[in-house]
Amino acid sequence: MVSRYFIDRNAKYLVLICATTSFVILAAIAIFTLREGLPAFQQVGLLKLIFGTEWRPTQEKFGILPMIIGSLAVTIGAMLLAIPLGIGCAVLLAEVAPHRIRQLLRPAVEILVGIPSVVYGLVGMLLIVPLIRDIGGTGYSIAAGSLVLTAMTLPTIISVSEDSIRAVPRRYKEGALALGANHWQTIWHVLIPAARSGILAGIILGIGRAIGEAMAMIMVTGNAVQIPNSPLDPTRTLAGGIAVEINYASGLHENALFAVGVVLFVLIMIINSFALVVMRRGGPAQDVC
Amino acid sequence: MQFVKKWKLFILPIFAVSFLAASALLGCAGGASNTITEAGSTTVQPLAEKLASAFKAKNPDVNIVIQGGGSGVGIKSVNDGTVDIGASSRELTASDPPLVKHLLARDGIAIIVPLSNPVSGLTIEQVRVIFAGNITNWSQVGGPDKGIDVVAREEGSGTRTAFEEMVMGKNALIKADAILQPSNGAVKTAVSSDPQAIGFISFGYIDSSVKALAINGVAATEPNAKNGSYPIVRPLYFLTKTQPTGLVKDFIDFCLGSEGQSIVAKEGYIPSM
Repeated sequence: MVSRYFIDRNAKYLVLICATTSFVILAAIAIFTLREGLPAFQQVGLLKLIFGTEWRPTQEKFGILPMIIGSLAVTIGAMLLAIPLGIGCAVLLAEVAPHRIRQLLRPAVEILVGIPSVVYGLVGMLLIVPLIRDIGGTGYSIAAGSLVLTAMTLPTIISVSEDSIRAVPRRYKEGALALGANHWQTIWHVLIPAARSGILAGIILGIGRAIGEAMAMIMVTGNAVQIPNSPLDPTRTLAGGIAVEINYASGLHENALFAVGVVLFVLIMIINSFALVVMRRGGPAQDVC
Repeated sequence: MQFVKKWKLFILPIFAVSFLAASALLGCAGGASNTITEAGSTTVQPLAEKLASAFKAKNPDVNIVIQGGGSGVGIKSVNDGTVDIGASSRELTASDPPLVKHLLARDGIAIIVPLSNPVSGLTIEQVRVIFAGNITNWSQVGGPDKGIDVVAREEGSGTRTAFEEMVMGKNALIKADAILQPSNGAVKTAVSSDPQAIGFISFGYIDSSVKALAINGVAATEPNAKNGSYPIVRPLYFLTKTQPTGLVKDFIDFCLGSEGQSIVAKEGYIPSM
């Protein structure tokens, strides 16, 4: 039997170990990616690598700008659809829907989160791609990628937003209604602003999932490395580019793919820190009494 | 008691992690000497699996691990010693490490279109200009008035490299906006589901879902590839770091011998002899 005293004194070290583990893992991944990518940055040159528009590894041309644009294009496209849809659905679930409908919809949304991305990709390839082909182009396109990502990120945005709308103190709603605001005005002017940091967190999680998605994007975007002219053009995302080529890559080509990984890493960090700033600015609203 | 329980909660994941780490270490060190490992080209993979099971039937105590990954992985892993045998579906180039090549088989590359496309043959020049993006409508090569969707493999793929060498030549490049799919199977799925598509896959992957075009008037069949009249044929190699010895030599000899070569023929590839 371990004495209570012993546990009390040492528990904090155990917790410290647990906490450092995640940091160590993160640092290890970052250092490894950076180290493997470094030769590409040195040999190709930072600016040429990031702003180069031609990617032909077999001819030693490593420009990843088309992939950066591809990643941003599918993600922005997805967010244009997913944010309004997601917040709308969250409001419905939190405020409008009767209990029974909520009981039906909520688990459906949660199951959507758990569907593997390859299934989303398959559905996109066999359902969405042919539909877009009818509009124009080959069907493998930014539009197809955005639609698939919308479906993939919606559940995250909905469930996080719903939770944060529900977490708004009851007295806010009561206060608004007591002042004569109708239900819609209360939702629009009181509940959503009060829940905005949580909603934003959901959106950021969604963006994170969208920008890092590889499998589904490989299956529906066509993977052509070019700067797209329209949403119907094929494109390649950063994550998809790594996954498509890493199997065959060696030498400088492999380093260049790790450099793509570094760029992806930085991109996600920029988005996250941007989100942190916005959330901090929006944060106090929820705590005001 | 409350505290003890919580304390155990912390201990559990630590145990789990160290257990996993230990088993991973043991797993690495536990490879017995009668195991052969092979990795590389996904074109060679199904063939290598058949050859391995035939070899195992004769040598029951031998274990052969066959993995895919692509020609690049095959070349890299055999060079750094991760596997005994690497598989490549393309010629080695000056930038590849020096390895010992064992010509296992030859393989035709078929140019495929969906079944609904009435075009049944092209010349190799027509294939080149289509993939380079200079011809963009099927009516220019005797088909319906529809655009052409070019489907190709990603850079570095053995099949793509072989296609580029044999069809595109030195001066033409596959157009930049071609749809790229990461495997033979994915190219086949993409072509069969798009009525305007054209793509290329290994002979071993042809099935009833797509139509293989005749090239220069020669049908894409195994006998035509064997007698040299079909123009797009590439080598499939087993690679070793040095001249093979022991068990690895036995396996390669088996594959290159009459028994192995009859399996090569049965699987739809062209025997190397």
